[in-house]
Amino acid sequence: MSGTPTPPPQESDAQKLELARQFIEKIPHSRALSMRVDAIGGGAAVISMPYDLRLVGDPRSGVIHGGAVSALMDTCCGAAVMSHPEAPAGTATIDLRIDYMRAATPGQRITARAECYHITRSVAFVRATAHDEEAGLPVASATGAFTVERPKGGAQ
Amino acid sequence: MSRPKPEPVQIVKQRRDAALRTLVSGVPYIQFLGIEFDRRGDELTATLPFDEKLIGNPLLPALHGGVTAAFLEVTAIIELSWSLLWEDVEAGRIDLTSLDPMHLPRLPKTIDFSVDYLRSGLPRDAYARARVNRSGRRYASVHVEAWQDNRTRMFAQATGHFVMPDPGNG
Repeated sequence: MSGTPTPPPQESDAQKLELARQFIEKIPHSRALSMRVDAIGGGAAVISMPYDLRLVGDPRSGVIHGGAVSALMDTCCGAAVMSHPEAPAGTATIDLRIDYMRAATPGQRITARAECYHITRSVAFVRATAHDEEAGLPVASATGAFTVERPKGGAQ
Repeated sequence: MSRPKPEPVQIVKQRRDAALRTLVSGVPYIQFLGIEFDRRGDELTATLPFDEKLIGNPLLPALHGGVTAAFLEVTAIIELSWSLLWEDVEAGRIDLTSLDPMHLPRLPKTIDFSVDYLRSGLPRDAYARARVNRSGRRYASVHVEAWQDNRTRMFAQATGHFVMPDPGNG
């Protein structure tokens, strides 16, 4: 970001992030999947969820359903947008594409990492990956576009 | 001209409904979201009855975008599996008494899934229908539409690509 001489005080930033964490962990569907915000700030977010038998998509292998991975990715991408320094007042998904590279290993926690790599007055562009507890090839990757809602009467 | 006497309608319905029930009830995640399937002949309609745990934005309130994506993906996979199962069910080639979740036909695997969010999902029931646009030996392409109060006002649509299950492994 360009050098604006008056950065907002650190403390209010920390408070803002704590608020974001609380907000995300209170979303009913995030709670239903036991999502945990591991890190958030500066247009990036890390959110994880535990393995859960209720989320299995293939009873023979015990692999988590792709839909549950989508829910994690969508939440993480939205959180990354909300934490961007040009902080939108709100955001909603315009589109989200997920590529499934391999099955997540049953029993392992799934962690999504999302980055809002570009934001305009009206659109935020986001990419994300999801890993189980094995490093290396992600379980899935995602790209999405999100709305940027400006506060009413805001300068932008 | 002679043709075999048609089977009694209730026998046909029983066989189709049993196959569909086995397909759907074997997947824990479908039960978790509460998704149900209605059948008219071979046409399926998925219903996602509203529940508090499906909310993604408590302020509006609106359905979680991830729930919408999951609902569409479940509908696409069941439609595709159903279309693969249909001929065997019709020909009576599947022994429905021995079908349990652990002996289900293998499900197609999602390669990619792309969701287009058209308007926010309201806190009420949602419906979806999928159309298999291409179903080859190895790959399939499926399109899904979801709506709530009005069939012509979609709130989301999606296209997904799938790897077909191994036919020898069914």
